[in-house]
Amino acid sequence: MDTHIRVRNLNAFYGKQQALKDVNIEIPKKQVTVIMGPSGCGKSTLLKTLNRFLELTDDTRISGEVLVDEQDIYAPDVDVTEVRKRVGLLAQRPSPLPMSIYENVVYGMQIHQMHKDRASYKKAVRHYLEIAGLWDEVSKRLHDPATSLSIGQQQRLCLARGLAVEPEIILGDEPTSALDPISAQNVEQRLLDLKEHYTIVIVTHTLRQAKRLADYVIYMYLGEVVEAGPAHEVFNNPQHQRTRAYLEGQF
Amino acid sequence: MMKKRWQRRHIVEAFVKGLMLVSFLVVAGCLGAILWTILVQGLPALTWAMVTQVPQGGFYLGKGGGVLNAILGSLYLAGGGTLLALIFSLPIALYLETYLGDSDWGRYVRLSLDVLWGIPTIVYGVFGFIIMLAIGLRASLLAGIVVLSLIELPIMVRAMDEVIRRMPVDLEQAALALGSTKLEVAVRVTTRQMLPGIITAVLLAFGRGIGDAASVLFTAGYTDRIPTSLMQPTASLPLAVFFQLGTPYPVVQQRGYASALILTIIVLIISISSRWISANLNKYTVK
Repeated sequence: MDTHIRVRNLNAFYGKQQALKDVNIEIPKKQVTVIMGPSGCGKSTLLKTLNRFLELTDDTRISGEVLVDEQDIYAPDVDVTEVRKRVGLLAQRPSPLPMSIYENVVYGMQIHQMHKDRASYKKAVRHYLEIAGLWDEVSKRLHDPATSLSIGQQQRLCLARGLAVEPEIILGDEPTSALDPISAQNVEQRLLDLKEHYTIVIVTHTLRQAKRLADYVIYMYLGEVVEAGPAHEVFNNPQHQRTRAYLEGQF
Repeated sequence: MMKKRWQRRHIVEAFVKGLMLVSFLVVAGCLGAILWTILVQGLPALTWAMVTQVPQGGFYLGKGGGVLNAILGSLYLAGGGTLLALIFSLPIALYLETYLGDSDWGRYVRLSLDVLWGIPTIVYGVFGFIIMLAIGLRASLLAGIVVLSLIELPIMVRAMDEVIRRMPVDLEQAALALGSTKLEVAVRVTTRQMLPGIITAVLLAFGRGIGDAASVLFTAGYTDRIPTSLMQPTASLPLAVFFQLGTPYPVVQQRGYASALILTIIVLIISISSRWISANLNKYTVK
């Protein structure tokens, strides 16, 4: 297994409350890793440590290491904006920026100065909207406000916007839970298409979605990783009693 | 069974509702009375000459002329003061929210701004006057603009601060997740999302600036001429109202009301147009 993210001895605290307890995991490259577990188990917290989003919440503390390509993203000389450029995030609810559809996609590329001239920005916007499966729906209204799109379209816009800064890793925090079933299926399909080129880490609380998407599974309970491994092994032959109970729907 | 019964809580509701209505009527009545007074008294004197001419000889005794000097003077003073205040206010408000937040320092800064807001404008006027004496600056448009910007600054910063605080966290995080710096979020996302509110804050400060008489009395002086440089003294509408109403001649007093009417109309025009502008800029705002 080719490891992309290695988490070592990770502990995280909200004030005095410990949310992650000595987490050690390895997330494989160019696969879909699903983090699952009952609510409050720390799965969202774990995800937030991977793009240094936990520090946006007041009174949080963290110890341990998160290595992306063997480089610790919490090292003092690391530029947090570069971390977040490399580790993109698809949030639970789509959150379009207060701009046009076009500007939403071009924004990230501009702040990172990724292209030289307007024409190549334009080309890139089209490219990423196509990848997100949104181009045909918006090509004639690129300068409309992003909020004029439906929720499902907005989520695909957010995907295009995230991909445009050329991350290697895409995090998804229950990225389909706010969507209607058809939009959710659409976004899921995009993620499956994307794993050829990207490492994808998804948090979900729906077991069925986990089974549809996962190549690799991390099961968490009360801030600890109970079990982690290839999806077919964890789903078919869980090693721990707790995992088995969860898979059988005892939560 | 479901019939209405007059319980105590229903009576309390009716009573409080009545009180609210009375408060509203008192305030609306006052506003109406003020507008009615300046309309009735001022409209007959509001001639074309009033808004196109400067005072002629004997203007304050009832001879010809107008208050163009005060109209332009007020626009220069309040426009300049608002612009100057805006240049400092937006960065301060963004800094407060982006880097200080609810920290101790943030609270100290907000507290001092609130204190500054509460200081009577005549104190600003005297303060400006003392500084002017010290550096040898005479009553001038420049001095008036600087003092007005000091008066407007705390209003503008605190109004913007309250607006920017309402910035949705999701939106901020969406921009951060793309690898934005805090500054990029503040300048490119927050300012854009909150533009309508920021414009309202600027307008609030402008309204206070253009209506203030005490501070410009000390710092900008008064003259019948239209200033042609920043170093010349200038007239202003509130002082024009004051001087004209202070004369014993009914004709001149009526022109005082007309001047007040002009001031009200200017504020109204700016208020309406800024609302129109912000409604159009509103297009991209995330609700």
